[in-house]
Amino acid sequence: MSLIKEMLSYTFLLRAIIVGGLVSLCAAVLGVPLVLKRYSMIGDGLSHVGFGALAVAAAMNAAPLSVAIPVVVAAAFLLLRLSASGKVKGDAAIAVVSTGSLALGVIVISLSTGMNTETSNYLFGSILSMSEEDVRLSLILTALVLLLFIIFYHHIFAVTFDETFARATGKRAGACNALLALLTALTVVVGMRLMGSLLISGLVIFPALSAMRLCREFRHVIIVSSALSLVCFLLGTVASFALAIPTGASVVCVDILALLGCFGLGRLRERG
Amino acid sequence: MALISCRDLCLAYEGKIAVDRLSFDVSPGDYLCIVGENGSGKSTLIRALLGLKKPRSGSIQYGDGLKQSEIGYLPQQTPAQKDFPASVREVVLSGCRAAPFYSASEKRRAAENMEKLGLTELKKACYRELSGGQQQRVLLARALCATRKLLLLDEPVTGLDPAVSAELYRIIRDLNEEGVTVVMVTHDVDCAIERARTILHLRTVPLFWGRAEDYRESEIGRSFMASGPEKGGDEA
Ligand SMILES: Nc1ncnc2c1ncn2[C@@H]1O[C@H](COP(=O)(O)OP(=O)(O)O)[C@@H](O)[C@H]1O
Ligand SMILES: [Mg+2]
Repeated sequence: MSLIKEMLSYTFLLRAIIVGGLVSLCAAVLGVPLVLKRYSMIGDGLSHVGFGALAVAAAMNAAPLSVAIPVVVAAAFLLLRLSASGKVKGDAAIAVVSTGSLALGVIVISLSTGMNTETSNYLFGSILSMSEEDVRLSLILTALVLLLFIIFYHHIFAVTFDETFARATGKRAGACNALLALLTALTVVVGMRLMGSLLISGLVIFPALSAMRLCREFRHVIIVSSALSLVCFLLGTVASFALAIPTGASVVCVDILALLGCFGLGRLRERG
Repeated sequence: MALISCRDLCLAYEGKIAVDRLSFDVSPGDYLCIVGENGSGKSTLIRALLGLKKPRSGSIQYGDGLKQSEIGYLPQQTPAQKDFPASVREVVLSGCRAAPFYSASEKRRAAENMEKLGLTELKKACYRELSGGQQQRVLLARALCATRKLLLLDEPVTGLDPAVSAELYRIIRDLNEEGVTVVMVTHDVDCAIERARTILHLRTVPLFWGRAEDYRESEIGRSFMASGPEKGGDEA
């Protein structure tokens, strides 16, 4: 208890908890359709693109987000186009774009500032990096993600369950996919500096996978995924503070524990 | 006036022609079976009728007040659907338009269709835990939410055992008698001839289009029926 009180007395921690909690929520909601569409690695690919963009921004002395947001959003649409055209398979397209931007980022960093704590923060995340601006941004992002997700919920369900049928019956599958890619890109960019480029995609994948094991209705999967994601983030943050380990890694570990727990529960229920 | 009329249709994948020189009509209330060997272009034709594949040349016209987005479609299942966490009710409702939320009349319609297909008790059940026959009935209920006029079915009984197939055929027959026009792709020629009013035999080009009784008497029909049983065995 006193530990939590101590944590809340630091403004930077409070900011990190707000931003991280909101980003976890968005990632968990978006993660469900992405995982079901076999497209969950898009989060991973986009975070690597984000790393490249941050490296370039640092080299140019530009504001990180002003470079990262447009670049990552553009990459999201590029990935969609590549996999929709069917010439490159979705996973291969993501691997190409993601390793490419990681390589570019590393080259830019070594030519400009060289590897330092800041670049390592891009990779593994830093709880100290959240400004008031980030808090505001994450609030806007969350409002946007939740609002659009609720409005287009039924369309997202239809397109995720059966894209061909949705298209044939006049639902705009392309627009739905673009919306998902856009919101994922924004979530990744906002969460990346806190969670780390290498770890942010965990927030997209784990809670969705866990909730899918437990629930048998799409609506419930979304709700459980969000709740689980929030709880895991908070536990992970407390653990990272108590044990003095990086937040991103700590949160992902808690997410993995939750996933194992959910698999166990699912197994038990199948038997029982 | 025909619901659908195709004139001199040609469908191709990057230069490879899948359907060619095809003209036929679907009239209201018809029960059309599309038969032909594997790779003869049946699924491609269905995709074109749904507006998912652009004709290379020729035309597809919709008449009698039918809009392209008002066609019900029963696809073959994709692997992704097999482990999808969704309730029967959620899947059936997804056939409705949703603009962007489901209206009261859409919800009523979904409930009626679930009732019609005997799914009311299963509406809270998880789609992925149903048997193959039940899953097909769920997808059929969803298709009925999208249309009152025309159902397109692409090999609806693949992988189902004979009793369940017969049940599904009976449901489709009943729907047809209630006035829904049916266009069905099938491997099972005997069954097609037994139930269908019209037959289209495709092997890239149409080999036969006409009444089922005439197909039975025709040269092509007889030879295809004779080769039918072992093909049916392969599928099962
Ligand atoms: N997506 C595709 N890309 C390229 N060729 C295809 C594609 N789908 C089908 N084909 C080809 O078109 C022909 C017709 O296929 P299809 O319509 O699926 O036949 P059927 O349903 O009668 O078995 C086949 O030769 C097949 O190889
Ligand atoms: Mg086929």
